[in-house]
Amino acid sequence: MPRQPATVTIDVETCKGCVLCVDVCPPRVLVMSEDVNAMGYRYPLLLDGCTGCELCYKICPDFCFEIYRGAA
Amino acid sequence: MTTTLKKVSAKPELLLSTNHSLCPGCGEPLALRTILELVTELDLRDRTVCVCGIGCYTAFPGIIDVDVLQALHGRAPSVATGAKRVLPDRFVFTLQGDGDMVSEGLQEIIHSAARGEKFTAVLLNNGVFGETGGHMTTTSVLGQRTKTTMETGRVAEQHGYPIKIADLLAQVDGAVYVARGAMHTPSAIAWTKRILREAFEVQLAGKGFSFVEILTMCPTDWYVEPGDTPEWVEENFTGTYPLKILKSG
Amino acid sequence: MTKVLLEGSHAIAEAAIQAGCRFYAGYPITPSTEILEYMSHRMPRVGGVCMNAESEIEAINMVWGAAGCGVRAMIASTGQGISLMQESLAELANAQLPCVVVNMMRGQGDYFQATRGGGHGDYRHIVLAPSTVQEAVDLVMLAFYLADKWRNPVDVLGDFLLGHTSEAVEFRPRDERDLPPKTWAATGARGRRAHNVTPLGSPEKLNLSPGSHYGAIAAKLPRIVAAEKRCETGLLDDAEVAVVAFGSPARFVKYAVRVCREEGLKVGWVRPISLWPFPAEAVAEAAGRVRALAVFEQNAGQMIDDVHLAVLGRVPVVPIGGISHDHSGFGVGPALEPANIIAKIRGVYDGQAAA
Repeated sequence: MPRQPATVTIDVETCKGCVLCVDVCPPRVLVMSEDVNAMGYRYPLLLDGCTGCELCYKICPDFCFEIYRGAA
Repeated sequence: MTTTLKKVSAKPELLLSTNHSLCPGCGEPLALRTILELVTELDLRDRTVCVCGIGCYTAFPGIIDVDVLQALHGRAPSVATGAKRVLPDRFVFTLQGDGDMVSEGLQEIIHSAARGEKFTAVLLNNGVFGETGGHMTTTSVLGQRTKTTMETGRVAEQHGYPIKIADLLAQVDGAVYVARGAMHTPSAIAWTKRILREAFEVQLAGKGFSFVEILTMCPTDWYVEPGDTPEWVEENFTGTYPLKILKSG
Repeated sequence: MTKVLLEGSHAIAEAAIQAGCRFYAGYPITPSTEILEYMSHRMPRVGGVCMNAESEIEAINMVWGAAGCGVRAMIASTGQGISLMQESLAELANAQLPCVVVNMMRGQGDYFQATRGGGHGDYRHIVLAPSTVQEAVDLVMLAFYLADKWRNPVDVLGDFLLGHTSEAVEFRPRDERDLPPKTWAATGARGRRAHNVTPLGSPEKLNLSPGSHYGAIAAKLPRIVAAEKRCETGLLDDAEVAVVAFGSPARFVKYAVRVCREEGLKVGWVRPISLWPFPAEAVAEAAGRVRALAVFEQNAGQMIDDVHLAVLGRVPVVPIGGISHDHSGFGVGPALEPANIIAKIRGVYDGQAAA
């Protein structure tokens, strides 16, 4: 269970569907969408359980992620 | 129980736009992010001159909030030499691909290192001429299929061997710091940020020529899915180009 | 003002220093090498930088870096070295970077290279051709001013003879107060909010508008043409033949013309000082007075094309020069002998029909 509340925002219209974030996410809370954005790419959706580890932000070539963490 | 979430990561403040139009899964923007984060962390923006080579990364000068001299293919180290010699208190770094630095510009980078020019050269190495469509460069590894080695991959008999430029430069007396990193995993990214910081600090201390090679992913010209590039780097690239500090005089 | 005796190459180098040049890069190549030598000991004394570069292409790109940072920068070479630098020389114009490029020619065969450009695409360098060492000093200092004024490379064409002739020269500072500050230079963005990006000819890659970039350069060139033509003429009032010549050979031509006058021939001369923009109007005006133009240049016929374009068939245009070397191959050949030039002028004078 995550020890701190955390979440990410995803700029889905900038995403190019490279999937690197999905593979890198340790709690595996990113899954690719079924539908596509305006550029025609699938994009990641966030499930529950984000730990705010920032790895998705670090691996994303298109700067789609913003990471939020807080104390309970 | 209420919680307040604080934003802890967002795109670098020196990035003017995320619209670089590079391929899905390209490693070059990851290198750019790392560099921009360091420029901000070291408070260098107001005295930075970036000298940019020609390649896919030539998409960057317009979207980074530092002064940029756009150079011709292979010539960035010479342009950086002129810039750093006339403005020695500025922070000058080159941003070059492997085609630019190791093919076209091989003598420029070696001579600049030998002269101990006090700028930092950054190599984005993906083993191809990406911008022109993925042709073999001096750093393409043996066996690598490229646009000009499609049927056989790179074969030593016909295409010769790659040049490991970091290893060459480590032997040049004027080079003070030579290191290699990569962008294909978060730990590689963290490692690369560390060696970039060390290289930048060599320049800031006025010690001499510093060099960082960064292996970047190119799914388009490696003919793999973006998600498979980390594995491709480990299987095909890091054998020839291991991540390490080659010189830290 | 104090005059100092200096060999041409050294005078050219010192003129650059006097004009505020603080970066020089070069590669040893005859007959420009003495400029590099002089700069190597003079530049450090004025707090400047002299780079003995490992190749011509590296040297011109070091100049690029210095110029891009707002510092007056110069390079000197000869025709072959300028050939090696062509991509950079073309793109320096696209990048709108000021710099001075000195070509100490071997003969005069680099006229096309300088004025038509040996590089790719639509670009121009302003080209100046001094005839004496004093004029070389004046034109080098002018070159730095024009380069900054127009944000364009400016070429100064000397030659072996000019480089190795010693004259007493004086350095006359120019009034440059009308030059704007180099706010476009890459210096680090300190104190500013927006960054400076010095592009090449493909600004769309840098998210700049290609139309605006090329449009600015295209708009600039006619303004340079309108403002920067320079020419000197003499003895044209009653001339029946005029000799067109540039550079140090023009000095020999002027002497030959004076001898012809003493022998009763009504001859004058036209000496283009700017080769680009070419002083077509001055040549056309001379063509309106004479029955033939003779063109003396030490090459197989290059400036003569611009003379033809200025004259447009109004009078015959006769080449009287040619490639002429001594055993060294550096362009100081027997064609420069005044007796030869006088004979050639007489040939035109006697042989050409009235217009």
